[in-house]
Amino acid sequence: MRAKTLYDKLWDEHLVKENPDGSSVLYIDRHVLHEVTSPQAFEGLRLAGRLPWRLDTNIATPDHNISTDRNERSAGVSGIPDLVSRIQVKTLDENCDQFGIKEFKMNEMGQGIVHVMGPELGATMPGMTVVCGDSHTATHGALGCLAHGIGTSEVEHVLATQCLVTKKMKNMRVTVHGVLGCGVTPKDVILAIIGRIGTAGGNGHAIEFAGSVFRDMSIEGRMTVCNMAIEAGARVGLVAVDDKTISYCKGRQFIPKGKLWVDASSYWQTLVSDSDAVFDLEVVIDAADIEPQVTWGTSPEMVAPVTALVPDPLDEAEEDRRKGFTRALEYMGLQGGTPITSINVDRVFIGSCTNSRIEDIREAALVVDGHKVANSVKQVLVVPGSQMVKAQAEAEGLDKIFEKAGMDWREPGCSMCLAMNADKLGVGEHCASTSNRNFEGRQGTGGRTHLMSPAMAAAAAVAGHIVDVRDWLPRGEN
Amino acid sequence: MEAFTRHKGLVAPLDRANVDTDMIIPKQFLKSIKRTGFGPNLFDELRYLDQGEPGQDCLNRPINPDFPLNKARYKGASILLTRKNFGCGSSREHAPWALEDYGFNVIVAPSYADIFYNNCFKNGILPVILEEYEIEDLFIEVEKIPSFQLDVDLVSQTIITDSAKEYNFELDEFRKDCLIDGLDEIGLTLQHADLVKKYEEHRENRHPWVFGAIK
Ligand code: SF4
Repeated sequence: MRAKTLYDKLWDEHLVKENPDGSSVLYIDRHVLHEVTSPQAFEGLRLAGRLPWRLDTNIATPDHNISTDRNERSAGVSGIPDLVSRIQVKTLDENCDQFGIKEFKMNEMGQGIVHVMGPELGATMPGMTVVCGDSHTATHGALGCLAHGIGTSEVEHVLATQCLVTKKMKNMRVTVHGVLGCGVTPKDVILAIIGRIGTAGGNGHAIEFAGSVFRDMSIEGRMTVCNMAIEAGARVGLVAVDDKTISYCKGRQFIPKGKLWVDASSYWQTLVSDSDAVFDLEVVIDAADIEPQVTWGTSPEMVAPVTALVPDPLDEAEEDRRKGFTRALEYMGLQGGTPITSINVDRVFIGSCTNSRIEDIREAALVVDGHKVANSVKQVLVVPGSQMVKAQAEAEGLDKIFEKAGMDWREPGCSMCLAMNADKLGVGEHCASTSNRNFEGRQGTGGRTHLMSPAMAAAAAVAGHIVDVRDWLPRGEN
Repeated sequence: MEAFTRHKGLVAPLDRANVDTDMIIPKQFLKSIKRTGFGPNLFDELRYLDQGEPGQDCLNRPINPDFPLNKARYKGASILLTRKNFGCGSSREHAPWALEDYGFNVIVAPSYADIFYNNCFKNGILPVILEEYEIEDLFIEVEKIPSFQLDVDLVSQTIITDSAKEYNFELDEFRKDCLIDGLDEIGLTLQHADLVKKYEEHRENRHPWVFGAIK
């Protein structure tokens, strides 16, 4: 038998039918919905007189444009200040109630950013196909499942048919060997990968992350990495199942128990690429070359080690790149040759589906503990990714650490990752952000985003400018 | 989706190349939760003289008298004649939704942006491709002849004008069948519902934990 990659195995397991035009019908095990990309899909169902194919596959929650402010949040859905956002959240509630779809409502335990919620409830399981009307769905691939972002028409298609019509991608493997240095986190690993292969590097491919760095990494760290596969151009990111995956899953709300657990977990162990499987594209990186990373421009590939200087466009040989760099630096208000550590920050955002899990919150708290936010920093938002993360952090007293330091401890949601609610940057403001996109205007019109790890963002909040977190950590502590 | 075999209707000209989806339906209207109701804001910036905002009563807005869709002779048009690369820009599906909601069943142009072209078929709109010189002819006729209509026959892939000229057009067999049978992609997949059910049973036997966990 031909050796298969993990992606091949997952694909084959879910293939219902190949179409004459070369596309395939793929069965979907889990469908996650949120308020922004689902309303037209539900309306489409209604217009066509269709019902969801299977109810027990769907799970919904509002996250994108809910308020993260405690007072507004406690007023319930009617407390959402923006009319359209309020209507979207209400519509999600009504659609889920009407069609009988399981929803974790805004203030219910279980609610959270879709990609934090799915894995933490055990709604995402290894070996599944998982889709959601959101491009960061690749996050779930950290559990060894095949997870795609989809569009609104496809949301409707999956609701109605439990299938997705799609084409198979090519296989790519990114291997990172060795051991990460002190202060170097999963976020730095994925930013370094994107810096190496570029935002189009994974186009048309499913990326499997392999090598000792990912084996040693926690499941939450793997989620941070898979989350940003889309920023490397790949709709799918994956990590093979191992003992850590199995023990992460064990005991979560929707994970099977008893005999089913025994059967499931023994099947999950097989979800690895065959040792002789061939990948269409291979990239190999040495962990020793990865330093804490910071983006200086307006695309995630415009990234550099924190110890570097902002690049000078004149050093770029290729004309398109030179122009791109020049335009980006103009937008960012930066000069080529500036040390990255001299960039001042106006606001700090710790959150998003990339970095809002309990390990991220702990990582930030460790840096902040006993310090105060710099006077020049206007606002620091710490936004847990879910109600469960929030509860856990509060049980550990982490909220107090942030509040003592002068930071805002918020209610769970997407928040300043995409600025659909009131959490926004002002024009020209620099932000140390743990989110995933530094596009122009992403965090607010005219806002200037620097992507980095939670530890780095926390350190920037205290220092008032970007710093190398390795100068802050007691040596030997990671 | 309704089956499409033949359509005869009034033609409205939009003499512009590279009409992008933001021109078809500006971004401020995307915040809606519906896929219907975009018709009044189709071509909003070209059609009205004021700034378009969601929730306005479009009947009371100042209209641009020079815009073809605002001219009495093109009222009720169901066929849009336009220039190359129609539907370029963002992939928003709101563009075909708006065209359909306004009442267009057919678009005739020399070329389209790829995603827009696909999205038309998903929403029951036939995007016909003709040669540049044929399009040029049609623009002349539509200008000259009042109430100029086209008779578009998908089955024989021909267009017949009021002046009895005939044009042939190409499109791929698979897409043609979908429109003729009134199948949207969902309908198409549902044609294989038995196969999906069979797969599902097989999957439930092999991996029962995938089913029933969420209630
Ligand atoms: S946190 Fe940001 S990237 Fe993640 S789902 Fe929300 S808006 Fe999208």
